[in-house]
Amino acid sequence: MPQLEFGDFAPQLIWLAITFILLYIAMSRVALPRIGHVLEERRTKIADDLDSADRLKREAEEALTAYEAALAQARADAHAIAAQTRDKLAAESAKERSTLEEKLEAQLAEAEARIAVVRDEAMNNVRTVAADVTAELVTKLTGQAADQAAIDTAVADALSSRS
Amino acid sequence: MSSPDHGAAAAAEGGFHIDPMHQFEISRIIPLEIGGIDASFTNSALWMVIVAVTATLFLTLSVGASKSRALVPSRAQLVSEMAYEFIAGIMRDIVGPSGQKFFPIIFTLFIFILLCNLFGMLPYAFTPTSHIIVTFALASVVFIGVTLVGIFKHGFKFVKLFIPSGVPVWLLPLISVIEVISYLSRPISLSVRLFANMLAGHTMLKVFAGFIVSLGFIGGGFLPFFFAVALTGLEVLVAFLQAYVFAVLSCIYLNDALHLHDH
Repeated sequence: MPQLEFGDFAPQLIWLAITFILLYIAMSRVALPRIGHVLEERRTKIADDLDSADRLKREAEEALTAYEAALAQARADAHAIAAQTRDKLAAESAKERSTLEEKLEAQLAEAEARIAVVRDEAMNNVRTVAADVTAELVTKLTGQAADQAAIDTAVADALSSRS
Repeated sequence: MSSPDHGAAAAAEGGFHIDPMHQFEISRIIPLEIGGIDASFTNSALWMVIVAVTATLFLTLSVGASKSRALVPSRAQLVSEMAYEFIAGIMRDIVGPSGQKFFPIIFTLFIFILLCNLFGMLPYAFTPTSHIIVTFALASVVFIGVTLVGIFKHGFKFVKLFIPSGVPVWLLPLISVIEVISYLSRPISLSVRLFANMLAGHTMLKVFAGFIVSLGFIGGGFLPFFFAVALTGLEVLVAFLQAYVFAVLSCIYLNDALHLHDH
């Protein structure tokens, strides 16, 4: 069994020591710090990127909230303005209507008064004409002048019974 | 794994003779002696150098210079990062944050054993970890290092490691002896596990590869051939698994030394 050749032990041990110690120095001084540094750098970079992504997301959310608030405010303002305008217009039209109605009523009353005056005049004319006609008729039929007082009474009676 | 120079012996005997242990023989490429100690550059040393150089070049060059470190890694860099994260994850799970300064040694052990095992799967390659002296030396590094860490950190209280809590007093002498024996057998189990797995795997591959030749591929040799193919896949898995087991056990021992039994 070659493994038990004691004469071969020394060279194997010496070269194992040489290679292993050199490998250890290379690993601990160069390779491992370098790999560790790369991994650490990447970890920090990823963490930083995640942080900034988080921050940007939060900012976007804030902007969205602000936008929604502004939108709601604008909508409320629009509602208020619309309601105000509607009220103003309603008040104005109500006022206009009432002045118009007053004017119309005044005109109506005036017209009625005029009608009454005209009718009274007409009635008086009718009375005079009726009295004249009656006197004329009595004179023509009887040949003598009629009693003016009696005629007035008769005409008044007739007119009052008519109206 | 397989070596072509059994041909001379086979030809001499006039048949196929394949020695499955031949692949484990140490051959001196550059004979060398320093101060009376044989320090020859052997085939084992060659492959340890290849492993160390490959690991160093790959793990340093794949990550790139400090300016061009990509946020999105290249494939080679990803492999290095995976190896780093793999061992870092094991250490985090088993040892916790206090084991951070032992990360380089565990990582070096893992990479060295992994590459020795994996390169041993290449044809004509030599597997340094198939020699008990190499695995025992590596296990001793862990054992002695862990023991020193425990003594430096806890001083005399380190012996608490051999006195489990909640044991009746009259049982303590027995339990402590068992604990000490199990503690001392750690480097043996650690080294034999790795060495035996490599030895058995490579020997088995060689034996089945020998069957292919001696039976002839058509005359039944295709059966061991397919078996050898499957076995090669299994051996790659074992190569990784043994490096992983070595790293995990080292972490467990380190954790014992750092925290004794108090968690």
